[in-house]
Amino acid sequence: MTDTALSIFGGFLLVAGAAFLLLGSLGLVRMPDLFNRIQAGTKATTLGTLLTLAGAACLQPAWGLKLLLIGLFVLLTNPLSSQVMARAAHRMGIEKSQLTMVDHLAEDTGEKS
Amino acid sequence: MAEFLVYVAAILTGLAFLLALYRFFKGPSAADRVVAYDVLTIVAITGIVFTALAEGRGIYLDVALVYALLSFLGVIVVARYLERGL
Repeated sequence: MTDTALSIFGGFLLVAGAAFLLLGSLGLVRMPDLFNRIQAGTKATTLGTLLTLAGAACLQPAWGLKLLLIGLFVLLTNPLSSQVMARAAHRMGIEKSQLTMVDHLAEDTGEKS
Repeated sequence: MAEFLVYVAAILTGLAFLLALYRFFKGPSAADRVVAYDVLTIVAITGIVFTALAEGRGIYLDVALVYALLSFLGVIVVARYLERGL
């Protein structure tokens, strides 16, 4: 791997993406209840994966198309799976954190939270 | 320089995998474990990309793509099962 400006930029993108992945996993461990864990665990890791894929595309420009495909797929499927998980957890009656003030889904469906 | 940054990023990703694995084993409810599994698959996709970079073989990206597809379906199926049974 030769050191061009593009490859060093790609390396920094890789480190930034991996840092976002680490922060997302840290949120998964530290957050108080399931819904906060879903927030931390999917939003931060989506950004981290996209940054990592962009960095890999900078390091190996010939792989750009496949990396773009993986990125598009992660961008489409990750919010969907997190939304399905959150709805399933809400219907299962997972207890919320003491700090949770508002529950719009419970208000809309008329059940008490 | 770029190679060193790749290794630093790979180590950070490994730490992220370990943290998610901790929640996967400890998680009080089954839903916690599914969320941890979701995060684990995303981190694993990134790990496959790092493997491809370290080996210099682009064919490994196909593995990452198929794994993204199948793990997404797995999370959806388990969530539906927890919601109201299959």
